[in-house]
Amino acid sequence: MSATSPAALVLEDGKVLRGESYGALGATLGEAVFCTGMTGYQETLTDPSYHRQIVTQTAPHIGNTGWNDEDDESARIWVAGYVVRDPARTPSNWRSKRTLDEELARQGIVGISGVDTRMLTRHLRERGAMRAGVFSGDELASVDDMVARVLDSPSMVGADLAGDVSTVKPYVVKPKGDKRFRVAAIDLGIKSNTPRMMAERGIEVHVLPSTSTVDDLLAIEPDGVFLSNGPGDPAAMDDTVELTKAVLGRRIPLFGICFGNQILGRALGMGTFKLRYGHRGVNIPVIDVDTGRVAITAQNHGFALAGEPGERFDTPFGAAKVSHYCPNDGCVEGVRALDVPAFSVQYHPEAAAGPHDAAPLFDEFCELMTKSAKVS
Amino acid sequence: MPKRTDIQHVLVIGSGPIVIGQACEFDYSGTQACRVLREEGIRVSLVNSNPATIMTDPEFADATYIEPITAEFVEKVIAAEQEAGTPIDSVLATLGGQTALNTAVALHERGVLDKYGVELIGADIDAIQRGEDRQKFKDIVAAVGAETPQSRVCHSMAEVRETVADLGLPVVIRPSFTMGGLGSGMAHTPEELERLASTGLDESPVTEVLIEESVLGWKEYELELMRDKHDNVVVICSIENIDPMGVHTGDSVTVAPAMTLTDREYQHMRDVGIDVLREVGVDTGGCNIQFAVHPETGRLVVIEMNPRVSRSSALASKATGFPIAKIAAKLAVGYTLDEIRNDITGETPASFEPTLDYVVVKVPRFAFEKFPGADPTLTTTMKSVGEAMAIGRNFTEALGKALRSMETKATGFWTRPDPDPSTVDSALAALGKGHDGRLYTVERALRLGATVRQVHDASGIDPWFIDQIASLVELRGELVDAPVLSELLLRKAKRAGLADRQVAALRPELAGEDGVRALRHRLGIRPVFKTVDTCAAEFAARTPYHYSAYELDPDAESEITEQRDRPKVIILGSGPNRIGQGIEFDYSCVHAAMSLRDAGFETVMVNCNPETVSTDYDTSDRLYFEPLTFEDVLEVVHAEQTAGTLAGVIVQLGGQTPLGLAQRLADVGVPIVGTPPEAIHLAEDRGSFGEVLTSAGLPAPKYGTATSFAGAKRIADEIGYPVLVRPSYVLGGRGMEIVYEDAALASYIARATEVSPEHPVLVDRFLDDAIEIDVDALCDGDEVYIGGVMEHIEEAGIHSGDSSCALPPITLGRTDLEAVRRSTEAIAKGVGVRGLLNVQYALKDDVLYVLEANPRASRTVPFVSKATAAPLAKAAARIMLGTSIADLRTEGLLPPTGDGAELPADAPVAVKEAVLPFHRFRTPEGHGVDSLLGPEMKSTGEVMGIDVSFGKAFAKSQTASYGSLPTTGAVFVSVANRDKRAMVFPVKRLADLGFDILATTGTAEVLRRNGIPCTVVRKHFEGEDNIVDRILAGDVVMVINTPYGNSGPRVDGYEIRTAAVSRDIPCVTTIQGAAAAVHGIEALIRQDIGVRSLQELQAALGAKR
Repeated sequence: MSATSPAALVLEDGKVLRGESYGALGATLGEAVFCTGMTGYQETLTDPSYHRQIVTQTAPHIGNTGWNDEDDESARIWVAGYVVRDPARTPSNWRSKRTLDEELARQGIVGISGVDTRMLTRHLRERGAMRAGVFSGDELASVDDMVARVLDSPSMVGADLAGDVSTVKPYVVKPKGDKRFRVAAIDLGIKSNTPRMMAERGIEVHVLPSTSTVDDLLAIEPDGVFLSNGPGDPAAMDDTVELTKAVLGRRIPLFGICFGNQILGRALGMGTFKLRYGHRGVNIPVIDVDTGRVAITAQNHGFALAGEPGERFDTPFGAAKVSHYCPNDGCVEGVRALDVPAFSVQYHPEAAAGPHDAAPLFDEFCELMTKSAKVS
Repeated sequence: MPKRTDIQHVLVIGSGPIVIGQACEFDYSGTQACRVLREEGIRVSLVNSNPATIMTDPEFADATYIEPITAEFVEKVIAAEQEAGTPIDSVLATLGGQTALNTAVALHERGVLDKYGVELIGADIDAIQRGEDRQKFKDIVAAVGAETPQSRVCHSMAEVRETVADLGLPVVIRPSFTMGGLGSGMAHTPEELERLASTGLDESPVTEVLIEESVLGWKEYELELMRDKHDNVVVICSIENIDPMGVHTGDSVTVAPAMTLTDREYQHMRDVGIDVLREVGVDTGGCNIQFAVHPETGRLVVIEMNPRVSRSSALASKATGFPIAKIAAKLAVGYTLDEIRNDITGETPASFEPTLDYVVVKVPRFAFEKFPGADPTLTTTMKSVGEAMAIGRNFTEALGKALRSMETKATGFWTRPDPDPSTVDSALAALGKGHDGRLYTVERALRLGATVRQVHDASGIDPWFIDQIASLVELRGELVDAPVLSELLLRKAKRAGLADRQVAALRPELAGEDGVRALRHRLGIRPVFKTVDTCAAEFAARTPYHYSAYELDPDAESEITEQRDRPKVIILGSGPNRIGQGIEFDYSCVHAAMSLRDAGFETVMVNCNPETVSTDYDTSDRLYFEPLTFEDVLEVVHAEQTAGTLAGVIVQLGGQTPLGLAQRLADVGVPIVGTPPEAIHLAEDRGSFGEVLTSAGLPAPKYGTATSFAGAKRIADEIGYPVLVRPSYVLGGRGMEIVYEDAALASYIARATEVSPEHPVLVDRFLDDAIEIDVDALCDGDEVYIGGVMEHIEEAGIHSGDSSCALPPITLGRTDLEAVRRSTEAIAKGVGVRGLLNVQYALKDDVLYVLEANPRASRTVPFVSKATAAPLAKAAARIMLGTSIADLRTEGLLPPTGDGAELPADAPVAVKEAVLPFHRFRTPEGHGVDSLLGPEMKSTGEVMGIDVSFGKAFAKSQTASYGSLPTTGAVFVSVANRDKRAMVFPVKRLADLGFDILATTGTAEVLRRNGIPCTVVRKHFEGEDNIVDRILAGDVVMVINTPYGNSGPRVDGYEIRTAAVSRDIPCVTTIQGAAAAVHGIEALIRQDIGVRSLQELQAALGAKR
């Protein structure tokens, strides 16, 4: 474990929490959010949806299982900064290759440890997610200076971040076993486990950059289109929304998750808004309006679709309904077009980290593509 | 989906007496269940033989049957309710532990469920058997694509040997259908295999054991799951055992949540758990599944599942704030998880998985000192008698709090001297086997220079946990070496969970714990109080369920809310269950909370026992899950005083633990309500108490104190043998013995290693053949209310906690009772009692001697309250806060006139019987431990039998305490010379009732001279076919064996008694007990034992008052 030095977490409302440096020394700015998952910090850190966010882990002990070579959800750590209470001194797991501290430092991620993370979480819960900065080493300055730097940083509202996290070049993930479908997956911040789970179901996944056009997409002759998760404000994603409308118009089966759910919703004419502090965790219940059954889901979103559970509404593509909701707060967790083959959920069927309750949604996507193929 | 409408009357089966492996967690779960069902408008009947439970309070069910939990008695209950026109339609057996589950299976097998058209709700027979039958369960795990350890089910020793030839040693032996791992163990050698497997076959009610591939040393985990009728499944909690596989979970130090799993591994475990739960087919409710994970490969195997609420579910409920039993009861009557509200947030539903922003550590409490000769090595058979749980913001904080919650001499690392000699090698060698205090050994090994790797290799404990303890060893170095104790360093020490006492041990210049506290307070270092809220602060919590934590940040946030409308009362609980201090004290604390809340106080509970009702967040207005040490209690007092007006602290209901804090708390200005600490001291100090007795003219047995054999002998010669000897500095009968001659006295003094002028030995006259009487009373300073007078069935000399007793007293006359009343009043007033008082008397030759008086709630308060329909603890709490007995009579809390010493002539008779854990323990050589009773308490729990006559009540109490009396067969009699005369009548009666009498030569002579036919059998050392062989062969149905002298392997009778224990037949060790047994047997032979609910019995009693 590297030597520590004083560090400060500074919020835009002027609240300062002191602790010790964790990972790299320096300064970092982003939106302060909290994640309540007790496992899966490696997946969380490498989830592109956390781009530009300073993530607080509510679980006190972080780093216990070290860092391994298998559980990354993308090529790098995406969080802007990391806030923990009790980092592990010595990791212990048969797959661990190095410590979390080393990995954070190696990737230049500025973190802070030893803070009262529960106080911070309660603060963010009451006041909402807000801009923040972590400062250590030479960057540790007077409170006024640090607050000023935080206030200078951009807000999450209106942020178009897909370009930052998306693949630049298309790539293909081969199906396991026989190929049953070809899917164009628009990478708005896709996690490794998503194409993996599609591949397990015989899908050849063409991961396309977020800037792909309808022609790019049609060129691969997809059986279905997938809209991934990702960071940023869905209201800033007009191009992707237009692309989605084009897909809906052509009745190509479409499945969206997380950010993709917000994109489909917008394409269907729904509004989006920023939640006070979002849903970030692996224990969030979602109710399927049709069956009444509950799935425990992994979630990571700060924005949501505006709507009521079970609500039906008309769209340029026919009728649609709010298919899933969160019983904690009534938040829209899924939408389904009733006249065109398209559905999406606000949560993560690929989990990683999180429970596997929603994995059957990928099967549902396959069924939708099968049915659609029969119709045409 | 609304709840089911076809369920209108549920019979809840409880778990009976507290035994090792089944403690008050089932009172907690059963109480929640009863409460929920009644809120749903469902009629609730309840069967439970344990009077010390909250669930058997008459207000928790419509009909409470304090009856033995056997299929026979439960059928009587079902029949009685049907006759009364309120037929039972459903039985809920998943909340009463293995006892309830086994009874449900027996009811099914006897056709009772079908006969009365009763449905098992929660889990049906098939699901119970799929979960419990080891082979079926293994098939299920394989069917969902998961693994179990390789194994085979065996029904004979031949099959066992064949299996082991394939699997190789070591193997694990697991008997089917036993609880708490009874009879299970690991065999490393062929000899161990023979011994353990044959015992296991005996212990299993179906003569079945599983012989299994060893997963010794693997990482061990548990998941607590819940499922509803829509097949929604949630994981409530993951638990990781610090002690790896090989030590029973109940005996392991455990941690929640799991600390050393990646998400990938955890989710795999979750998937397997859910698949297994579905395949077993638990319709609704909770279950727990245990896993082992290979530390190097991650291979995961399923060990077992319990298709019911368990001890771990109680722990998980307290650890997360998610009330598993309560939700299970709602699910059983048809609700789904999403329809049930999460009480803590008030807004979100129960269909979610709790997430923790703290760490929970549970540490088991053992009582090996009570069972000399028992092997203290921890194995797969549970041996602990209780546990404490602690919550901290990190592992070391929670561990430190848990260790100081133990109520043992050691209160955390460095608070006791190291064993001598202490070397790295000796410590590492000791780590190879599970033992009480294993983490102390880990710390010692590290401190003496062992590496984390070495400790891991020696113990199998995961390196992460060892490293956490290593961090404490490093911190210790910093604390010792620092020139001055700076604010930052002290904050670090507190944040790492160190108590002031531990810091004081490292910094002698601070003048002890008080000096460290003074410094800490001067530096402004106090804990903050956080909230257990199920959701890591994602949602606001409405329930004030708190724990303390230290943060480095001086501005860290405390979450105690102000409340200034109602005065606050803090109730100090009783800590971990142990022999001598069990659920009875929790019962009194819970009653205080209920009655004071009704009286307009804000009630604040402090306790650290996760099994109890007192630590349910519903019981009091505020709950602090904290160790009951002076330091921790003082911080709670401070927090509450800052947040409102503290009327006082109640110390006299939680047993010895809080009572021991009374004086120190009072000394620093904490208001103690009820009997003042000075009065408590007065009763405990022999000299001052003697003065109270003298001035009231009350006799007490003569006594003296000695520090040597010569001194002790002088006293013994003066007052005459037998004498009762004990150390002066312990309570609860610890180290007490009755000695009859010089040699035994010399041996006792030689063994009492800690005798010194400060700690002399007390030598009391022992009143042989006296009748012992126990009295519970209330005093408001003015009036004395006798709660009940209990007559012990065994003569004086057996600890009151181990003695059976009857209420009302069966042989005491009016003048005796008057003497008891006069003496009790004199003591209550002489001592200055405000609240409860327990007095023990011995009646010999018409003289009533005072043995001792305790100005606190006693073990018998719940028994007396139930038998006499007067809630003594509730009344005591009110008296402590200033209400008079007269006012309580007017209010209706106490009867308008009379008291428990003047019950109507036809009042029912209640018998309390102790339940003993001898069959749990073995010597290192594998022999049983002696079951002889004496002045040192050994029982873990108790049952109550209640009926119209003594014989019937006694018979019920025996059936309920796992020793059903026989009605036919051979009885073996062998008694000490002094008992031979008194033996004649009971034995004659047995012969007349048709029993065959077996006796040893001496006893047989006396019996024959009295015209009792009997057969002489050989003593155990007289060759083959001796009495021990006959007992082990199952030829004997009851043993009457009174001992002479101290117990020990060489004492006559030891083998006989242990043989009786291993065959599970009644073994009566006193003549009075034999007489009572004869009464009971007569009642059983008449076959007219019925059942009546407590509500009916109490109403009848009330009508006559």
